[in-house]
Amino acid sequence: MEVITNTKRKYYLSKGIDGFFFKIAAIARFVGNYFAQLLKPPYEFSEIVRQCYKIGCNSLPLISLTGFIIGIVFTKQSRPSLSDFGATSWLPSLIGIAVVKALAPLVTALICAGKVGSGIGAELGAMKVTEQIEAMDVSASNPYRYLVFTRVTACVFMVPMLMLFTSLVALMGSYLNVSANEHISIATFIANAFDKVSFLDLNASLIKSVVFGFTIGMVACYNGFTTTRGTEGVGNAANAAVVTSMYLIFIEELMIVQIMGWFR
Amino acid sequence: METGQEIAIDIKGLHKSFGNNHVLRGVNLEVAKGENVVVLGRSGTGKSVLIKIVCGLLTQDEGSVIVLGEDVKNLNKERLEQLRLKVGFSFQLSALYDSMTVKENIAFPLKRNFKHLSKIEIDKRVDAVLDSVSLMKTKNQYPAELSGGQKKRIGIARTLVLRPEIMLYDEPTAGLDPISSIEINNLIHNIKEEFGVSAIIITHDLVCAKTTGDRLLMMFDGVVQKEGSFEEVFNSDDKRIKSFYDYNFT
Repeated sequence: MEVITNTKRKYYLSKGIDGFFFKIAAIARFVGNYFAQLLKPPYEFSEIVRQCYKIGCNSLPLISLTGFIIGIVFTKQSRPSLSDFGATSWLPSLIGIAVVKALAPLVTALICAGKVGSGIGAELGAMKVTEQIEAMDVSASNPYRYLVFTRVTACVFMVPMLMLFTSLVALMGSYLNVSANEHISIATFIANAFDKVSFLDLNASLIKSVVFGFTIGMVACYNGFTTTRGTEGVGNAANAAVVTSMYLIFIEELMIVQIMGWFR
Repeated sequence: METGQEIAIDIKGLHKSFGNNHVLRGVNLEVAKGENVVVLGRSGTGKSVLIKIVCGLLTQDEGSVIVLGEDVKNLNKERLEQLRLKVGFSFQLSALYDSMTVKENIAFPLKRNFKHLSKIEIDKRVDAVLDSVSLMKTKNQYPAELSGGQKKRIGIARTLVLRPEIMLYDEPTAGLDPISSIEINNLIHNIKEEFGVSAIIITHDLVCAKTTGDRLLMMFDGVVQKEGSFEEVFNSDDKRIKSFYDYNFT
């Protein structure tokens, strides 16, 4: 009896390990295919532009509100600590560093993971379960190129743009709070805010956003493309797209900060 | 099938399993050029799996599938795409792209595969196939605004626009009212007459089988049980075939 149980256990363990490596290989192929498509122009420019519009413009209201509130709240909560040391004049620099180097890329990526990632996951998932992706496949229309390449490319372009916009809006929110407490012109505020932000910092944030955009697009498309089990599967795909993207964004944030530290 | 006819699809000893579920257990089938073959059988007997293997959406475990002289399993991606331009697939649920209008749905495979075609030429070909399925008036509608029968016809039109040599129909009349079913059956018949395409029609609707098929195959448990004309198949003494007939007609 024990022998049978052990054999069964070994069977399920080996099946689980096999499944894990098959999945890793499938993901690697899926991601690798993006770079293969990148080397094969002409690209679907009209579809990429349409996706950029969907991802960028449709995210603006949420991004603006979040950025603006972050700017106000962060300034408001930092003021008492700085005023204890008589250092409120450092507030714009502090906000500049916090927003450009850390908050804007991370917050923008998390919002996009929720809004854009779930949308792409659900859209492609629904197409998968209603055989629309298979229909593209059998008409030799390369669904990967039309659906995945365009969406991932749009994410890669738009997440950095949205990050810059979030930074700007957060600084505006911060200026509103600072100017309510002391007399400072917007030009001086901006100059002070960017005083301690180097070109490398800005580049690092842009690189982070490109990586986050790629991750959001790829994770959402992979989950959508591999959807099974009908409408329940579509919900799961949307959910997995958001949760997995968020995990990966935090891991990537840690890694990129570490790598950028070596260049300083 | 008459001897000496040119073969469009040649399937030999086809096996396919999903885990422990052995769906196809040695299917043999030949389809001549210009012939409509109907594959009948209960749900779950592997009919849809069969045509998905024919167009390379699934891969067989054993056996060979030769389509227009090409071994589907051993084709590389480019050759498979070339072959797929000659093989139309009509899905059970139509699989229309719901974010596109009818016109955009039909133009989509043309735009993707024939980049040299001008907008005017694409419009002409879209109008021609819409006319052949008598649905010109739906040109600017979205799939959500169409009836089940209209969706099926647009799905067929989308495959016809590529001028295929072979059509694969997966349950063309499933879920349709009798009038719409007759329209689809007539359309399948007209496509054969007008375009001379070969076809495999997967169905469990005997009216569809009788009106569209030159030859019938009856499948049970992943094997072909009986093959011949409608009369030959249903004059059989096999209990399962008789019960299939009785369920449809009595």
